[in-house]
Amino acid sequence: MSQQTQTRTAGDVSVSRPVRGRARGSDKARAEARLGWYLAGPAFVILVAVTGYPILQALYESLFSYRLTAPADRAFVGLKNYGVILTDSLWWSALLNTAMITVVTVAVELVIGFALAMVMHKVLGWLRPIVRTAILIPYAVITVVSAYAWQYAFGLTTGFMNAVLGLDDFDVFANKWSALAVICLSEIWKTTPFISLLLLAGLAQVPSDMTEAAKVDGATAWERLWRVTLPNMKASIMVALLFRALDAFRIFDNVYIMTNGAAGTETVSSLAYNQTISRLEIGLGSAVSVLLFVCVLAICFIAIKVFKVDLARARGEG
Amino acid sequence: MAGRWRTRLGILSAATVLAGGLTACGGSSTASGTPTLNWYVNPDNGGQQEIAEKCSAASGGAYAIDVSILPSDAAAQREQLMRRLAGNDTSIDLMSLDPVFVPETSEAGFLAPVPADLQQQWSEGVVDGAVQGATWKDELVAAPFWANTQLLWYRKSVAEAAGLDVTKPVTWEQLVEAAKSQGTAIGVQGQRAESMTVWVNAMIASAGGEVIENPDAKGPDIRLGLDSDAGRAAAQVMRDITAAGVGGPGIDNRDEAATANLFQQGGAAFMVNWPFVYAQGKSAAEEGTMDRAVFDDYGWSTYPAMSEGQEAKPPLGGIDIGVSAFSEHRDLAFQAVSCIVSAENQAAYMISDGNPAAAEAVYDDPQVQEAYPMYDTIRASLQAASPRPQTAYYNEVSQGIADQWQPVSSVGEQTPATSQEYIGDVLRGEKLL
Repeated sequence: MSQQTQTRTAGDVSVSRPVRGRARGSDKARAEARLGWYLAGPAFVILVAVTGYPILQALYESLFSYRLTAPADRAFVGLKNYGVILTDSLWWSALLNTAMITVVTVAVELVIGFALAMVMHKVLGWLRPIVRTAILIPYAVITVVSAYAWQYAFGLTTGFMNAVLGLDDFDVFANKWSALAVICLSEIWKTTPFISLLLLAGLAQVPSDMTEAAKVDGATAWERLWRVTLPNMKASIMVALLFRALDAFRIFDNVYIMTNGAAGTETVSSLAYNQTISRLEIGLGSAVSVLLFVCVLAICFIAIKVFKVDLARARGEG
Repeated sequence: MAGRWRTRLGILSAATVLAGGLTACGGSSTASGTPTLNWYVNPDNGGQQEIAEKCSAASGGAYAIDVSILPSDAAAQREQLMRRLAGNDTSIDLMSLDPVFVPETSEAGFLAPVPADLQQQWSEGVVDGAVQGATWKDELVAAPFWANTQLLWYRKSVAEAAGLDVTKPVTWEQLVEAAKSQGTAIGVQGQRAESMTVWVNAMIASAGGEVIENPDAKGPDIRLGLDSDAGRAAAQVMRDITAAGVGGPGIDNRDEAATANLFQQGGAAFMVNWPFVYAQGKSAAEEGTMDRAVFDDYGWSTYPAMSEGQEAKPPLGGIDIGVSAFSEHRDLAFQAVSCIVSAENQAAYMISDGNPAAAEAVYDDPQVQEAYPMYDTIRASLQAASPRPQTAYYNEVSQGIADQWQPVSSVGEQTPATSQEYIGDVLRGEKLL
């Protein structure tokens, strides 16, 4: 009852103010906006400088045929680089590989990550910090280190996994699908803790009185999970999904270390690396990078518009 | 007041830190005024560091050489050097360059022109292949330091059991038969990397062909010789290895080091590889990680020929020393190069690091002969060797070959033609790589 009164009072105040307080309020609002710009302005300028400038530079370079070791041969070619890329089967196979890695790893990570989040949420007492630390360890490992560990584990001369799985002399990294499977496994092992951490935060926000009420009403554990817990975690799940999808789409280290793109395991990032860094073809490489950027934007757009990800709500502002 | 002092103190500290940082970045001179030359080297057993120290001491205070280590594989070394040089990085004075990247570096204007008298001095008494590798457009643009070559390595006992006559040049066909009869493998480098180009190029050259027919041409005008009888002969060797099942485990992910380990561990009784494998085997035997008897069973011969009566053209490798066009101490850098590539230093480096000298006289040194009983085979191999294509577009050609001739089991009759078309498209800027 008192809560309702307070709400109405606050509403009354805001309704009664406009005529008298508009000038003063707008002065204050302007001052606050100005202060906001003073405070956020430097960060905004730096952000534009460090992200906007390279993006514009890449856009500009992508219109040239430009090799770093032949600067005199630099020539404007318009959109030719994009034409070359989009008609090349290598681009489409790399895009397909990347999309597949993204979908598989994110889907598996969501399921395992949620299970781990539940464990971390439920476990009590002295076991809680131990469990949480144990689950988070893979995420603390540097990706390159983890990639080498997985490569050594499955390598024919250095590894033990062939013996464990009874694969004899089968060269895992010489076959596209087995190589991609190991790349996905290492990615899942490495980043599931990140997803579980985000989902744990979401689990903590599910009101316990709701689950208790559902329990009293006779809902089974499965029903409580589907009807109460998951709907209340929607924002966390969507944010976890978005962050990991973007991360997975940019996959580079694992592929670079394990196969370096051999056996048809190229990804979009490794393709960009090959053109820009290995071949020093700045124009072509920039065009691949721009297309990679467009893909990342598309993922963001789909996640935010189609799946209705509310970043503000996920931050607890909603 | 206190606030103002804090501000001043802050500015002073920041200026001090900044000044310190800038001094550290510059780093071209020591406090005593002796100019410091930065030498970017490929990783080794520390031999280049020792030479740097010796030459610094021998300069009598004229210069001091600092050594910076580049990544381990040749392509990554090129990436780092080219990026730095493209940014006109003055911190590079000297650089250890793989000969295949000399044309690109020179063509880009990243190498300081070598004075005529030094060109003469640096090429005298040096094996032909090494001089060719350091030459671009008829000018010696870098100093040949060491000149590597691949040999055929075998286990004497296995070769004997297979009835392989190693007193005369062995062909790939005989090798495949021998390996098959003994149930062993031939160690080759089937990884999608530069080592694959080394193998393919050696086979094509040995069959009388050329990977590039006009190396001086610009990318789009380059004429490739992959789709030729020599190219098809090279593809046939790979198909024979696959058909006979003598490629050994992990052939598609094996580089020189992995091949050497396979040979050392008995997984392959034959292998083509650089002479470092001898030094590696020797130290493994001395350290007790490999049976001494296994090391005593090591045999060597010249690179396998493509057919009987046709001389093999073994792969040629090595390192040249270039002086950066952006060096602030060019004259001193040239002096330092002359010191580094002296016959005495080449001999010491061959003994300490297992990398064969470019200067022929070094092979007459009794210490070298004692350390490398195969010195005569190395010298003969260096004289017969064929360099990889000397072109400013080597990286594209090499990556294209590695991409198209791999995995080894996928090489077929069409591989030479398809790879030629693919690399041509890449060089014309019509395809991704």
